[in-house]
Amino acid sequence: MSDASVENSVYGLMAEFDSPQELVDAAHKTHGAGYKEIDAFSPFPIEGLADAIGFHKNNVALVVLICGIIGGLSGYLLQYYVAVLSYPVNVGGRPLHSWPSFIIVTFELTILFGGISAAVGMLALNGLPLPYHPVFNVPAFSKASDNKFFLVVSSTDPKYDATRTREFLKGLAPRAVSEVPS
Amino acid sequence: MATQTQIPVEVPVEDQRAPVIEPGHSFSTIGEKVSNIVLKRPVSLGWIFGFLVMFSVMNMLLMAMGYLFLKGTGIWGITIPIGWGFAIINFVWWIGIGHAGTLISAILALLRQSWRNSINRFAEAMTLFAVACAGIFPLIHTGRPWLAYWMFPYPNSMNVWPQFRSPLIWDVFAVSTYGTISLVFWFVGLIPDLATLRDRAENPVIRGIFGILAMGWRGSARHWHRYETAYLLLAGLATPLVLSVHTVVSFDFAVSIVPGWHTTIFPPYFVAGAIYSGFAMVLCLAIPIRAVYGMEDFITMRHLENSGKVMLATGLIVAYGYFIEAFMGWYSGNTFDSFLLWNRLHGPYAAWYWSLLTSNIFIPQLLWLKKFRTSTFWLWVISLIVLVGMWLERFIIIVVSLHRDFLNSAWGMYYPTKWDWMTYIGTIGLFLTLMWLFVRVLPMVSIAELRTLLPEAHVREEEEVHK
Amino acid sequence: MDENNKHQGGPDVCPGKRKQLDLQAVKEQIEETTGPEYWRSLEELAGSDDFREMMHREFPKGASEWLDSFSRRGFLKTMGASLALAGLTGCTKLPPTEIVPYVKQPENLIPGKPMYYATAYTLGGYASPILVESHMFRPTKIEGNPDHPASLGGTDVYAQASLLDLYDPDRAQNITYMGDVRSWTAFTEAVRGPMSAAKGIAGGGVRILTQTVSSPTLAGQIRDYLKANPQAKWHVYEPISRDNANEGAKMAFGEVVETRYDLSKADVIVSLDADFLYAGFPGNTRYIRDFASRRNPDGNMNRLYVVESTPSSTGMKADHRLPVLASYVEDFAKTLAAAVGIKLGGFDQEKSRGATEFDKAVAADLTGHRGSSVVIAGDHQPPAVHALAHAINQALGNVGKTVFYSDSVDANPVNRGQSIHELVEDIRGGKVDLLLILGGNPVYDAPAELGFASALKSNAVALKVYLGTHSNETAELCHWHVPEAHYLESWSDARAYDGTVSIVQPLIEPLYGGKSAHEIITILAGQPDLSGHDLVQGYWQKQHSGSDFESFWRKSLYDGWVAGTAYALKTVALKPATQADVSEMGGLDPGNVPVYELNFRRDPSIYDGRFANNGWLQELPKPLTKLTWDNPVMIGPAMAARMKLTFKDVVELEFQGKKVKGPIWIQAGHPDNMVTVFLGYGRTRSGQVGTGAGFDVYPMRTSQALWFASGVKLTPTGETYDLASTQGYQTMETPDGSERPLVMERDLEEYKKEPNFAKEGETPKELTLYPPVDYSKETYNWGMAIDLNSCVGCNNCIVACQSENNIAVVGQHQTLKGRHMHWIRVDAYYQGPRENPKGYFQPVPCMQCENAPCELVCPVGATVHSSEGLNDMVYNRCIGTRYCSNNCPYKVRRFNFLLFQDWETPQYKMMRNPDVTIRSRGVMEKCTYCVQRINESKIDAERADTVVKDGELQTACQQSCPANAIVFGNINDPNSRVNQWKAQSRNYSLLGELNTRPRTTYLAEVRNPNPELKTERSAG
Repeated sequence: MSDASVENSVYGLMAEFDSPQELVDAAHKTHGAGYKEIDAFSPFPIEGLADAIGFHKNNVALVVLICGIIGGLSGYLLQYYVAVLSYPVNVGGRPLHSWPSFIIVTFELTILFGGISAAVGMLALNGLPLPYHPVFNVPAFSKASDNKFFLVVSSTDPKYDATRTREFLKGLAPRAVSEVPS
Repeated sequence: MATQTQIPVEVPVEDQRAPVIEPGHSFSTIGEKVSNIVLKRPVSLGWIFGFLVMFSVMNMLLMAMGYLFLKGTGIWGITIPIGWGFAIINFVWWIGIGHAGTLISAILALLRQSWRNSINRFAEAMTLFAVACAGIFPLIHTGRPWLAYWMFPYPNSMNVWPQFRSPLIWDVFAVSTYGTISLVFWFVGLIPDLATLRDRAENPVIRGIFGILAMGWRGSARHWHRYETAYLLLAGLATPLVLSVHTVVSFDFAVSIVPGWHTTIFPPYFVAGAIYSGFAMVLCLAIPIRAVYGMEDFITMRHLENSGKVMLATGLIVAYGYFIEAFMGWYSGNTFDSFLLWNRLHGPYAAWYWSLLTSNIFIPQLLWLKKFRTSTFWLWVISLIVLVGMWLERFIIIVVSLHRDFLNSAWGMYYPTKWDWMTYIGTIGLFLTLMWLFVRVLPMVSIAELRTLLPEAHVREEEEVHK
Repeated sequence: MDENNKHQGGPDVCPGKRKQLDLQAVKEQIEETTGPEYWRSLEELAGSDDFREMMHREFPKGASEWLDSFSRRGFLKTMGASLALAGLTGCTKLPPTEIVPYVKQPENLIPGKPMYYATAYTLGGYASPILVESHMFRPTKIEGNPDHPASLGGTDVYAQASLLDLYDPDRAQNITYMGDVRSWTAFTEAVRGPMSAAKGIAGGGVRILTQTVSSPTLAGQIRDYLKANPQAKWHVYEPISRDNANEGAKMAFGEVVETRYDLSKADVIVSLDADFLYAGFPGNTRYIRDFASRRNPDGNMNRLYVVESTPSSTGMKADHRLPVLASYVEDFAKTLAAAVGIKLGGFDQEKSRGATEFDKAVAADLTGHRGSSVVIAGDHQPPAVHALAHAINQALGNVGKTVFYSDSVDANPVNRGQSIHELVEDIRGGKVDLLLILGGNPVYDAPAELGFASALKSNAVALKVYLGTHSNETAELCHWHVPEAHYLESWSDARAYDGTVSIVQPLIEPLYGGKSAHEIITILAGQPDLSGHDLVQGYWQKQHSGSDFESFWRKSLYDGWVAGTAYALKTVALKPATQADVSEMGGLDPGNVPVYELNFRRDPSIYDGRFANNGWLQELPKPLTKLTWDNPVMIGPAMAARMKLTFKDVVELEFQGKKVKGPIWIQAGHPDNMVTVFLGYGRTRSGQVGTGAGFDVYPMRTSQALWFASGVKLTPTGETYDLASTQGYQTMETPDGSERPLVMERDLEEYKKEPNFAKEGETPKELTLYPPVDYSKETYNWGMAIDLNSCVGCNNCIVACQSENNIAVVGQHQTLKGRHMHWIRVDAYYQGPRENPKGYFQPVPCMQCENAPCELVCPVGATVHSSEGLNDMVYNRCIGTRYCSNNCPYKVRRFNFLLFQDWETPQYKMMRNPDVTIRSRGVMEKCTYCVQRINESKIDAERADTVVKDGELQTACQQSCPANAIVFGNINDPNSRVNQWKAQSRNYSLLGELNTRPRTTYLAEVRNPNPELKTERSAG
């Protein structure tokens, strides 16, 4: 029964639920039961679900902070370089380094870099775009963007065992438990 | 923590105010109702006809631009001393309209206004299209549009650079940033809904297209977690941005020395004006759309009324702006400023100024009355009037200030030509064409966000379970 | 194309015989080729005869203007090939005959280095001595001759603009017989027959009609011919004549004399309707200089009284101006004469206006300045007024001090009206077989009642020959039309207002093989092989008594005048009869106000119509109205109010049965019950520029009413018409009742009390957040000062600038929109009651602000500051946002809204100043302080390894200014004139409160009113 080849061909086990509440409870239980490599899927963000599967903090904010600072600096330095070093010319009797005029572009570039990095960073950390993922092999999963909620225990979880895990998931009173082929 | 901002814990049904979503909806009915407009609803003759009309109006813009590039800006009414005319008026007007979208999606998100969720999607689309229309003008208003790219800092053989003290350069950066961020914000919001459409589409081609756009979104809890952080940060960034953009636009005038432009009150008063016209445009679009596509359940009277309130508030700020301008004209005792005031009230363009006051200040006061705030008809009419009024405001600021400035000898008059009008109306055509397409190919309200408004979307934490 | 011309010159590239061309063929031929070949093929084409013929088939003369207002044609694009190509045949070569360059010239031509030649421009017989700048044999700029007493470096607008006439593509380009192209030999053949016939009968039947001739050579030629053929007659006509002055002189002295004034010695000047400070008045250039030299309030300031009908720039400069009907001036003159103690038999004070306070004050002032005052009568005032002026000047002992008499400059001072009248009678009487019309345009401008045109149309005259630059109204009615050579293309000579003769030397071979009057006369005289050069040189050979003629000739050409030809002063005695004669001429009875008085005046821009096809002059804002491209029906404010007329209204004038329609212009200071119309417009065959502009008033102008007569009727038509005025608002009071400190002005006494009045409201230099830019290290630091007291609003600077800087002409349509391109404008402001306001002129070039608002807002740095304080404009970098113009408080920036510059017409290419970029569409442009001149002098100075000395370098406006009102120079040089001016107490910055720190500053205006007349003045 416990035959490696079988296990490798399986991504994990998927339990399907009807409501956010059931999913969150199930997630808590599963995580509490010591499963670590688990993931939950829902058509909309559910408060506390991430915590329930033991995912507490992400690095998007950090990325945005760094990129924002880079943007701001590059904005000001560009202007300084242009107006003072590369192309110094008397414009309306103003000083070459007329910093008050440089504030706006600096600000805009901070926002620009920060904003783009927020989107790109989020996608990158999520590993998107991703053309293929095993969970889509389960026919029922097409409802994951509609009104069904899913909990998946990955076969790579040290505690994973095809039969015992299936039993455990069944114990969570899901609508169904199905195997996710990889 | 992040999730907090996303979902208000208050349940709308228990609310006395009109609900933000009508009762009797489930997760799937929402998805169904919204996505069916894109996937199932047949393309009606009415839609095609309307599209053709809009499209031909848009082509008027292309014609006008063609002739413009052929002959030069001389085909317009501009002259010395009125160096800026319709082009800049329209630019400011469109940019202003754009502001409502970002305001709704960003600022109201930060303020946790649950009612934003069903109107933010097309409000953002509106922003994008408005910015697109606005973006045309700075380009074509130049005498040599084929060289307009010189306004961007790029290393070149001539070794010359833009002049960063010029408000026009600030504009270039502000507007392009604004456009980009709005687009990003809008698209990020779309991803989960694109996934929904992917899963609901039967036609394999459409399915494929949405599949690509959804980028393999599968609603993983981890993803949602990062997604919400990103969305929150974008909202946080977009908020100062939207406030800055019209401030920068106002600098085009405030930084100059022209009487009637050189004013410190411009930034706040421009931003308020922008939001004012923006919400007017939102209502102008939302009211017919919700009727045509049966969106009354999601775009409820509560949304319309709130928009009306925002208009009333911003309208009053604008009124204050007018008042201060007038007051300063009188109080400063500066001969040029006081003449400016006189000229607005009695000069050759006095009629325009009075109709501006009427449509921007007097008429909108009706919104104090719930009767008007809750009547789709009146809201729609008032919004139209405000849109006209805000256009007039820019006309007064630009033309009337320029046509009689410092030297009496250099005074002049401005008479728009048919090409000015064609360009202006043409951009309206462009805007509506894009809107027309948008409502049919993308979910016009945010499915995922609507779902979070349903009572069943809320979960109780039960620690005891694990104890 | 220039290249080709420069080097190989002339039509020497001659194509072989070609098949009959049609336009299509030509088009194809041209389209196939590009670049240099393009031009070469054009040149070949143009050279060929069949091509010329084809052109005349394809394009009837006076080709119509295309009505697409946005295309170049809308604003004066020349009609394609027909005119443009033909120009190529006359390429630019130095005349074969030797001409002598002016001063400090390189031995032989250095490419890129202009040469200067002294010659003279003639208007109404009076020569304006000029220097012509020539680039590679192409005259490109006209400047005054600084050494000539009649110019002292100044010019007038007509001289400045005459350059454009040279290159006018509409000029007649072929000898034609009944409209068909013919050769010169064919012409000489044709006239020989009648000539010999005429010889038999001593020239009987030969009539020569010229304009005013002051050329000794031409006069000599004609006189010789008349001696040989006593029956032939010489008639002279010009619509703007000095008949009145001459008759007045006869009345006073019994003979025609030239009257000349020395205004530098005049403390009190009284003008009796004389516009002596504007182009067209003999000697105006010199008079302006002398007048201005006495306007310095710190020196001994003169006082100007002007009694005038139609408001003029002279009147606006007056310390006291009295607007009266033209017919009242004589009355005033009499009152004045009586007041200075001249007995006028039968003149009854009571019957006259009665001595007002004004008359008394003027008389007192005059008598107080015996020998240092002058009374000047206007040419359109009747002889009596001139006679009285002579009498008054005599009585005041001004003669010999401020007033001088000499022989008449006019070689044949017959009465024009009479002369043309006789001619027409002879034609009608069938006495004329051969009529030579040398220049002028009598068919258009002869007195209406003569019906000159109909007389000419009738086949009474066997052979009618017309010599003229354009195929105009007169050419149309003559058999032969010989294109007249421009004065820059042919040899001649002419007298300045003081009699000094200038040799007119050509700078360029005739572009279209034109001929001069001299050459036509030679044919009469039967010596057709003599060239203009031979004739002129021959004449002076005869005159020259001294030994070395060669050096005398060279010197005359070099200097620009023939030494010792100035007329000796005459002493003339008043005929005792004068008083009587004068008193007979009854002035108008002032008791009952007559029906409206109709006044004819020469147009300030296009004179009598001869400049109608000159774009520079058509677009030149007229001194007071600032009108372009049109002539108005001018009335006063009171009359307008009474008749409920406003601007734009079109009225119908009826005078002696003749009706004319024109748009109203309400002119502040215009007398009531009077209407002024201007000559020269409504041309039917002028060319693409002038044809159809304005309305023609000559049909109303009869010998009896050459200048004014009462009895005109005005009837509103209900139609409206837009007049293109370039000035937005003409008073310094704004409609809200407040007043703006634009032209600072005080009376002399007030000024003495408070010399710094002009500086009020200027922000102190140290009031700034920025560290001020330091210009003191630079060698040069340019600045300009303009003396508003000297400026007489003569418009010279505008045309000079237009010519120097290749400024485009945009046409009426665009001017109406406010898109005129002048880099310097002269603002005219009125102040006080509109019936008789004070008037001010204020030339406004770019102020070259140190804190330039325009620079700050340019997104691409297309306008930036130079280390020498210039506000540079980088055309190549400009993308045309127009933000700079919006932010320019002086609105001196001009924008190429469309492709205003004519990039095709070859003639214009030849004319342009090669040192100045031709701006293209979508680019901002403005005054640069003539940066091309600055750099040229700097380079020269560097080569000589020294620095540019003060006065060495002049901007175009400064150079042409007859009033010396503009000073430009290095403000880092403590002794420069510009520094001295800026140090004066009158010096102020326009809109100083804005702290733009203009480099161009103004010297405030100070008037010198008569203390006795204070009240009258404050009343206006």
